[in-house]
Parts: sequence; structure tokens; C-alpha cells
Amino acid sequence: MIEFKNVSKKYGRDIGLVDVSFSLEKGKIYGLIGPNGSGKSTTLKIIAGLVHFSKGTVLVDGIPVDRRIAKKVAYLSELDMFYQPFKVKDMIDFYASQFEDFRMDRANELLSFMKLDPDKKLKQLSKGNRGRLKLVLAMARDASVLLLDEPFSGLDPMVRDSIVKGLLSYIDYENQTVIIATHEIDEIEPLLDEVLAVKDGKVIDRQNVEDLRETKGLSVIQWMKETFKE
Amino acid sequence: MSEEFQASRPIYMQIADKIKQQMIRGELLPGNKLPSVREMAVQSGVNPNTIQRTYSELERMEIVETKRGQGTFVTENEGAIHQLKLGMQMDIIELFVHNMKELGLTEEEIISGLKRYFNGRQEIKND
Repeated sequence: MIEFKNVSKKYGRDIGLVDVSFSLEKGKIYGLIGPNGSGKSTTLKIIAGLVHFSKGTVLVDGIPVDRRIAKKVAYLSELDMFYQPFKVKDMIDFYASQFEDFRMDRANELLSFMKLDPDKKLKQLSKGNRGRLKLVLAMARDASVLLLDEPFSGLDPMVRDSIVKGLLSYIDYENQTVIIATHEIDEIEPLLDEVLAVKDGKVIDRQNVEDLRETKGLSVIQWMKETFKE
Repeated sequence: MSEEFQASRPIYMQIADKIKQQMIRGELLPGNKLPSVREMAVQSGVNPNTIQRTYSELERMEIVETKRGQGTFVTENEGAIHQLKLGMQMDIIELFVHNMKELGLTEEEIISGLKRYFNGRQEIKND
């Protein structure tokens, strides 16, 4: 369960978020969509306790967020954040040492699911395999919140498919809240319960994906084109 | 790859239709177990809540049964499957006839058109 109450964030003079309020339930998968610079990543980083906000309240499972919320929140960054000389298994051990909820058995299962060699050096991994490893690290935790920032960006269709399948296979879909920020809407539409449209630091609309189809006959991408029309 | 879905219809219905077709074609037989919600979600690349809704819908139609702790099974009631088959046939026929009538065709013309179509295909096969 995640709650934003009147949250604002400024980067110097630039706007990050403006008076944003929403709440997200557990057991659901949410898509956060919107143009570059609209506030998607800022929203995720605030939930992960990585960014201080200027005003408002943010709660995860009723707890006000700060850096320590990382205990409950698994975060997949859009950036590559690997220490090059490490091997895949070193990275797994490092994560296990940092997070109490890291499940070594699941990490190993995920590695073989993603066909990743634990003895391979990180600098030898292809971009696709780095994308897969990031998902392994995020999903091996028993976190109540899973945040994925652009998990598909720049990856080929086979890698995207293995990420979607990995997500569906290992997510705790009754207890976790999952948020995926992405431009690749086609890829994830069938995964989502709801979509939130973000623009200029505001959540401008929110829809249940199946209701959108049932009542308006629109897919998310068609709805998005209407919502973001200038 | 994940399946493609039509934009204009809910995904849970499209998956329900697919399962119904498998029952009608006899690929899923009375008493057969359906994949678990998670397996089905992974297979089709779809949100597990959506699959749950598909299964509830099929249950509401009384063509599957969920047994506690065991999973979801195709009904043993063959009459229900037969009804389903007739119902789906009727839907397709109604749509076809409706479209032909929109073109201004009479019943006789529709029937002779269908005959010509099947005969034509027969000739192509025999060539």
C-alpha cells in the first residue's frame, strides 16, 4: 500500500512533482506512463526513499518514507549500476548482504530461468543480460513494493519477453504492489491492472485497463494518445 | 512471445473465448484440469488478476468448476459443452448473416453464395 498526499518536489527551479496525491493497493500491478521528464522516475525514487521531496506526505505500508524504506521497497533503476570487476554471483552476494529479505534460493532459480552464468564477469555481459540481471536482483527480494524504472528500454524482443515471463512467474501477486514506469506500453498492457498518466509533474488521469476496454473500447495506447494530446 | 490481443475487447474475455474454443474442439476434455492461474498468466503474458477473472467468468457460465485446493477443471457435464458449442456457432452465424444483410443480400443469395464458396474451394483442392 502506497500513499501520496499533496506531494511536491522541486529540482532547484525546475518542477519535479506538483501537489500529487494518489494511493495504490497491494496485489496490483500499476503502469506509470508519460513523456520524458514528466515525473515518472521522480515518483519511483521518492517511493524508494532515494529523493527528498519538498512538501507533502508519502507512506509505504503506513510508514513515512526515508532512506530506510529500502527494507520494504525493491527498486530497479533505469541506469546500469554495476561494479564492473564483479561476477554475476558477486553481485548476488552483495545484494544478499544488503537486504534481509533477499532470498538466495529464489535468486538462483531466477538466474537459471534467465539463463545467466553466475561465473560471468559483469563487464562481459551483453546489455540484454544486464537487463535480465537487474530483474533477478529486484525480484529475489521479499519486498512489499517492487519498482521497475524502464525495465525494457533498449532491449530486444526476446529479452523483453523473458523479463515479462520472469515477472509473472516470480511476483507475489497477492501481496506485492508493483509499479512499472515505461514508454513500452504495448509490451506491458496485458500485465497491468491500472495505468496512471503523468505529465508536467502531475498525475493527470488514472484508469483500470480492462474497464477502459470494456466501457470505451480503447487499449491503453489509444487512450494515452487522447490523454496526452496537446 | 506474449499473445496479441484486440484493443477493443477486455483481455479476460479474449482468453475465455480461447479456452471455450479449446473445449469445443475437444482439446480440453470434460474433467481436464486447466493450468493454474499463475501458469496461465505466464503462458499468455497476462496479469494474474485478469486470468482469475477469466476463470470466474467460465465458472459463472458453469463450464468449469473450481475444486478447493485442487484447481480448476472442465465440467463433466457434456450437455453444457454441447450447449456452448451451439451457442458459439449461433453467434458466428448471426454475425455473418447480419453482415450479409447489410450488403443487401437475401436469404437465398446468402445460401447460394455459401454453396458457391464451398464448391469453389473444392475445385481448387481437386486441381
